Amino acid sequence: MQEFFQQLANGVAWGSIYALIALGYTMVYGTLRLINFAHGDVYMVGAFAAYFLARALGVGTVTEASPLLAAVVLLGSMAICALLGILIELLAYRPVRRSSRLTALITAIGVSLFLENFGIRVFGADPKFFPQVIAPRTITLAEGVLVTNHQITVVVVSIVLMVALTLFIKRTRTGKAMRAVAFHRDAASLMGIPVDRIITITFAIGSALAAAAGFLVGLTNPKIEPLMGIMPGIKAFVAAVLGGIGSVPGAMIGGLLMGISEYLVVGYISSTYRDAIAFVILIAVLLIRPAGLLGRNVAEKV
Amino acid sequence: MVRIGRILSPAVFTLAVFLLFTGCAKREAEIKVGEYGSLTGSTATFGISSKNGIELFVDNLNASGGIGGKKVHVLVEDDQSRPEEAATAVNKLIAQDGVVAVLGEVASSRSLAAAPICQNAGVPMISPSSTNPKVTEIGDHIFRVCYIDPFQGMVIAKFARNTLHFSKGAVFRDNKNDYSVGLANYFTESFKGMGGTIVADESYSEGDQDFKAQLTNIKGKKPEFIFVPGYYTEVGLIARQARELGLTVPMLGGDGWVSDRLLEIAQDALNGSYFVNHYYEGDPNPIVQSFVQSYRKRYNATPDGLAALAYDAAGVLTNAMRQLSTQDANAFEALSGPPNADQKAARTRLTTLIAATKDFPGVTGRISLDEHRNAVKPAVFLGIEKRSYKFVATVEP
Repeated sequence: MQEFFQQLANGVAWGSIYALIALGYTMVYGTLRLINFAHGDVYMVGAFAAYFLARALGVGTVTEASPLLAAVVLLGSMAICALLGILIELLAYRPVRRSSRLTALITAIGVSLFLENFGIRVFGADPKFFPQVIAPRTITLAEGVLVTNHQITVVVVSIVLMVALTLFIKRTRTGKAMRAVAFHRDAASLMGIPVDRIITITFAIGSALAAAAGFLVGLTNPKIEPLMGIMPGIKAFVAAVLGGIGSVPGAMIGGLLMGISEYLVVGYISSTYRDAIAFVILIAVLLIRPAGLLGRNVAEKV
Repeated sequence: MVRIGRILSPAVFTLAVFLLFTGCAKREAEIKVGEYGSLTGSTATFGISSKNGIELFVDNLNASGGIGGKKVHVLVEDDQSRPEEAATAVNKLIAQDGVVAVLGEVASSRSLAAAPICQNAGVPMISPSSTNPKVTEIGDHIFRVCYIDPFQGMVIAKFARNTLHFSKGAVFRDNKNDYSVGLANYFTESFKGMGGTIVADESYSEGDQDFKAQLTNIKGKKPEFIFVPGYYTEVGLIARQARELGLTVPMLGGDGWVSDRLLEIAQDALNGSYFVNHYYEGDPNPIVQSFVQSYRKRYNATPDGLAALAYDAAGVLTNAMRQLSTQDANAFEALSGPPNADQKAARTRLTTLIAATKDFPGVTGRISLDEHRNAVKPAVFLGIEKRSYKFVATVEP
């Protein structure tokens, strides 16, 4: 039983990272009906941005590890990736926005490949090891169930960001405009909502959340490399589909379920199925409940 | 303008032709040897150490006059730590660059991908440090200058059972890696044969970031040690995550741990653990000491076991070339000539001479190749304490 709870605790921490990435997929899909396949690579850039920021601040060499420094690194990498998201939208997606959805999808794959190879060229293909921005400590949750303060940080930061995002969408004018654009872009535009700016903001927020995930993964699993975004990107996409793509709480639940199921599969069946479980879930969702757990069934007129 | 062009262009043409021919003539005095290795990617230190070792040997050789008046020119290709790239790299070295021998790789999976190409082309290949037995089974042109995994697995099992007196072990292997799977099996077989039990056998895949699910299972089985026959990047992460889960038993490993980045990744997590290497840099043997000193002087780093083996691989290859130069001057000349039938015959002669290597005085011990083209050599145990290595024992075959 101890082992089960240990797997569960680790699964929740791991799933929080998927949830943060899934939020970006779901937000972009909600407003643009575009699956942004480059999102996993934005997460990679976020991890590298945090790595270089931490190095520039001299973590581990000049300055001592501290939560304040970690916050600076986190916010810095989020800002860098928000800019990257805006840039990607402006340069790659906006020119093809009026084209068919397939064009946009292929553009997204192109951006993804570009970021991966850009990463190999600029950051180098060998893995980098994230400096310890917070001194590690082990905490006993219950008899035999150990977690690190890093894992707790992951869960807490994820929850804070998700709550903030929900409040932003529900309570602010911009959030309301985002919902309007998601509901009906042309009608929103007729009501005087600056659709272009809202879409830019959506990309900025989604990419910033991916950067946060990149930072958090660097904290708990300190190896980062330019192709690290591919698998988590796909899995977070599955998480978004599982929760109901376009639904913000759905992405959170989907992410957590993905993390936990991955841990249980590795723990109780075999590590060989670690990646397979994501696709089993994807197929099951598409067969049983295509709209996802919290998604609404929308009849589409063909 | 037109007139100047008319006068100049024949001059430029003549100059170009001149340069072309002198270029060729200069190159013909060299023997081209190919090297492929992981200069980048997840096992980058393997390739870099090997490259340094070979470079050091060959540069010293060329500085002292080369072989029979010819210099050895090493062409290096990066395989990015990926087997499919290793195959491409070796294809390029043989087909495009026309090398007469190939040195590489460290990782068995990548040697296995490239060896059939060398074998089919009739180009001898010496792997400095691939320990999986399948590598030299590819054919009679494939050699290695290190021990093989059945021996490595056996000595680790013996060390765990007889020296450390452990009876309950766990194995944590890399499923996608020929070296890791092979070594795990040989270890398990030997350990069980000595009366030990394997209480858990878990697996991961190279490139994984998270190992806690498997480590949680291992912890539940309460082993006295964990055998991790992987490569240094994953080993470092595994050790850290094991300690985070409160799994504090020592870890044992093979020569895949050999990297100057191992402890940088693992930090304090590997204290109290042991692994097998091919040599020990503190060995008082003068061959070892002069190698360590010249390596330090040139690269400002301590050579690891893989650098030493690469140095020896270059030694064994050039030793065979030197023998060819004294035995058959024409064949030796053909080695640096055009890729024709004469050169093919010369490569076959070279292959036979490599196979006959006996008592070559290497940094990693005296190298004699057996009938399976493998070296029979002692293994060196190193322990880790307070983030540094200490010599434990040398185990003779």
